[in-house]
Amino acid sequence: MSQLLEIERLGKRFGGFVALDEISLSVATGERVGLIGPNGSGKSTLVNCICGTLRNEAGSVRFDGQRLDGSTAHQRTRRGLARTFQLPRPFTSLNLLDNMRVPLLYTVTARGGSRTVTEIEARCVELLREVGLEDKARRLPRELTQVEMRKLELARAMAAEPKLLIADEAMAGLTHSEVEDIVGLLKRLNEQGVTIILIEHIMSAVMSFSQRLIVLVSGRKIADGLPDQVMRDPDVERAYLGQ
Amino acid sequence: MRSDIFFLICLAASAALYAGAAALGNDYVFFAGYVVLQYVVLSTAWNILGGYCGYVNFGSAAFFALGAYSTVAMHKLHPLPIPFLVLIGGVVSGVVGLGMGYLTLRLRGAFFAIATLALAVVLQTLVVNWDYVGGSRGAYIVRPETLAPFGPYIRYLFTIMLLLAVGAVTVARLIERSRLGYGFATIRDDELAAEASGVPTLTLKLIATVISGALMGMAGAPFPYYIGFLQPSSAFGLDYAVNSIAMPLIGGTTSWVGPLIGAVLLGSLQQIATVTISSAVNLLIVGCLLVAFVIIAPNGIVGLVQRYVQHKPEDFVGRRKVETDAPEAVP
Amino acid sequence: MIFSFDLLVNAIVSGILIGGFYAAVTAGVSLSFGILDIVNIAHPAFIILGSYTAYIVNATLGIDPIVTSIILAPAFYALGAVIYQIYYVSFEKRGQESLRGIAFFFGLLFITEVSLVLYFGVDYRYVEAPYIGPTWHFGFVDVPLRIVVPFLVSLLLIAALQLVLSRSFVGRAIMAVAQDQLALRLMAVDPIRIKRIAFGISIATASVAGAFLIIIQPVEPSVGREYIGRVFAICVLGGMGSLPGTVIAAMLVGIVESLTSTFYGPSWAPAVSFGFLLLTLAVRPAGLLGR
Repeated sequence: MSQLLEIERLGKRFGGFVALDEISLSVATGERVGLIGPNGSGKSTLVNCICGTLRNEAGSVRFDGQRLDGSTAHQRTRRGLARTFQLPRPFTSLNLLDNMRVPLLYTVTARGGSRTVTEIEARCVELLREVGLEDKARRLPRELTQVEMRKLELARAMAAEPKLLIADEAMAGLTHSEVEDIVGLLKRLNEQGVTIILIEHIMSAVMSFSQRLIVLVSGRKIADGLPDQVMRDPDVERAYLGQ
Repeated sequence: MRSDIFFLICLAASAALYAGAAALGNDYVFFAGYVVLQYVVLSTAWNILGGYCGYVNFGSAAFFALGAYSTVAMHKLHPLPIPFLVLIGGVVSGVVGLGMGYLTLRLRGAFFAIATLALAVVLQTLVVNWDYVGGSRGAYIVRPETLAPFGPYIRYLFTIMLLLAVGAVTVARLIERSRLGYGFATIRDDELAAEASGVPTLTLKLIATVISGALMGMAGAPFPYYIGFLQPSSAFGLDYAVNSIAMPLIGGTTSWVGPLIGAVLLGSLQQIATVTISSAVNLLIVGCLLVAFVIIAPNGIVGLVQRYVQHKPEDFVGRRKVETDAPEAVP
Repeated sequence: MIFSFDLLVNAIVSGILIGGFYAAVTAGVSLSFGILDIVNIAHPAFIILGSYTAYIVNATLGIDPIVTSIILAPAFYALGAVIYQIYYVSFEKRGQESLRGIAFFFGLLFITEVSLVLYFGVDYRYVEAPYIGPTWHFGFVDVPLRIVVPFLVSLLLIAALQLVLSRSFVGRAIMAVAQDQLALRLMAVDPIRIKRIAFGISIATASVAGAFLIIIQPVEPSVGREYIGRVFAICVLGGMGSLPGTVIAAMLVGIVESLTSTFYGPSWAPAVSFGFLLLTLAVRPAGLLGR
């Protein structure tokens, strides 16, 4: 399996605070990777650096064989990287359908090949249907519940037809069955060929979803392997229970 | 409605407007109407960057004045017919807009707004110190009394501004309905999420700045002919800065209709007011209206009309009512 | 351009002195924009308001303008608190601050300036005080007292402000609210109240700065406009919210303006600070999340 994402000695500081300390990891095409760690361990900073929202000071990010250094966030999205935000960030003045339209207009069509207006409209509806938001297509995001916002966030990331999707705490605050829904959705996506990195605190989701588990503590990677083995790692135990 | 049909309807309406004004027999209508139409262009232009993208430009007067002063400079170099001057004014302002945008649009909206303020002052200082265009003393432009087939020259100027207004509104509406319009809206709503969805925010913002600046420059190009004697204080005047912000915010920023309504309403009121009350009171009223609308009616007159229409008890058959009492979803 | 050492030294000295005054003018914006992220471009209008209140009291009761401004500072504080409350409810809470919030302050700027024009007219107003007039001479260096006194009081004011921000509970809460509102809430401190206090202090400084202004030069309502860019230029140059940085940046701007005015003529002076601002903004590290 080829490596879709290769991160080498990634470093990021905020003033004197070291958020990411020489992190190296890689993700193979088609993998389902879980990323866990206590609050403030740098998970979101890592996502931001990978996706270009933040600029890393040290190290490199390689995606699909190409270095991403210096490219902007939207360029990385067009290359096939997509992410959800921890706190959903929908386009508040656009209805749900139009929220789906934007990645289609700016990412998918930018990659080449044109689509007619009807094709795009149909695809938007289809995306909403996959997350169960089809009947709210013409509503505005502010009329959605917490759960629905998170589903919208996922759908919008999927609209960009990514090769790699990073789901950043997409399930916070959801009920057990809602979590299962999303895990199922992500597994279906993965079966369609999307590599997925799942960042979560909900251990049941992480364990049932991940083929491989990476643990981040204080900006450093302390474990990387099969989920069962990682969970039995004494360092990991200490990180979660000791502090 | 397709844009070309819209454009034709606008032209037809403009022809009717012109005929109506001519029928009144008093040329003052054309003088006043010119100013109102000027504001239609300025507000529509401002709204492309301000309302659609969410980036506030305090330097509308600077782009307007650039258009006016490029006319003065050309007039001394080699007099040209006004339509050419309009194009030149547009190009000059567009290029300056591009340069300024390139320097400042990577920053947050607040810094961009402040930078536009700085630009306006720097430009004004440059012009005041540039004797070729008259500096602080001002520059005279002699305009002919009449021009066939319009008759009085002011009717010619009025027509030019009328066509510019139609053009500006058509461009704004075109943008709104295009892929560009969606991109602009995402920049306004959430720039970070826009980038993550593949929207090239810097490029789009630059496009908006150039279009906006160019339109403002085009509005300024005929101004020296309108006013006869151009001074920096009138070209860079306060009323342009305030009005080009107040009119879209009062009219409504989310579509091309808002700036049009704002400009026509506020512009006409001010034209009536300058005859009856002082210009200072005029500006005071605009300032108060701006603050009041921004607090009470953030979506402007257009927003108020929409709200009124949605709360009517009877619905058109088949039209779904948008529910607005879903629980607050954002944490 | 006649270059002489005398002129140069005088220009630098007066630049430093004016810079002290600029620092007082900018201190309020360092608070509101540098720390609280509120784009209050109406701040110079409140300074002019401070000039006029000092003028009225001075003209009718003969009280020293600086003393007046300190006595009136609580009133300005109250004004600031009210304005912030309106701003918060109308814009911050709705997430509208970047467009409508800025437009709100723009509107306030106009309302204030035009109201002053309507009430006082466009004549220049000035105050009377024993230190306006005399000039100290140190060799070839001329130091007008009417600039020295505001310079000194301004530095005192900023020192006091810095003390409050770093030592008092409220002051530290203000510094904290810029960084972590949630942490403040967990400490049972209402961040909105803290921001209201901070904005109130910001406008209170405008009262005192206004007195300085009318001591240094005669004032009419539109004088505030040239300060808009100056104030934000100094705030950004000084590091956004750092008071010591503000002082240094203010003196830098003061010196460059003074040199420009002396050797190139006063009509170029407005462009200096604004040009500074554009330059600083252009060279600043880019990045949507970065500060």
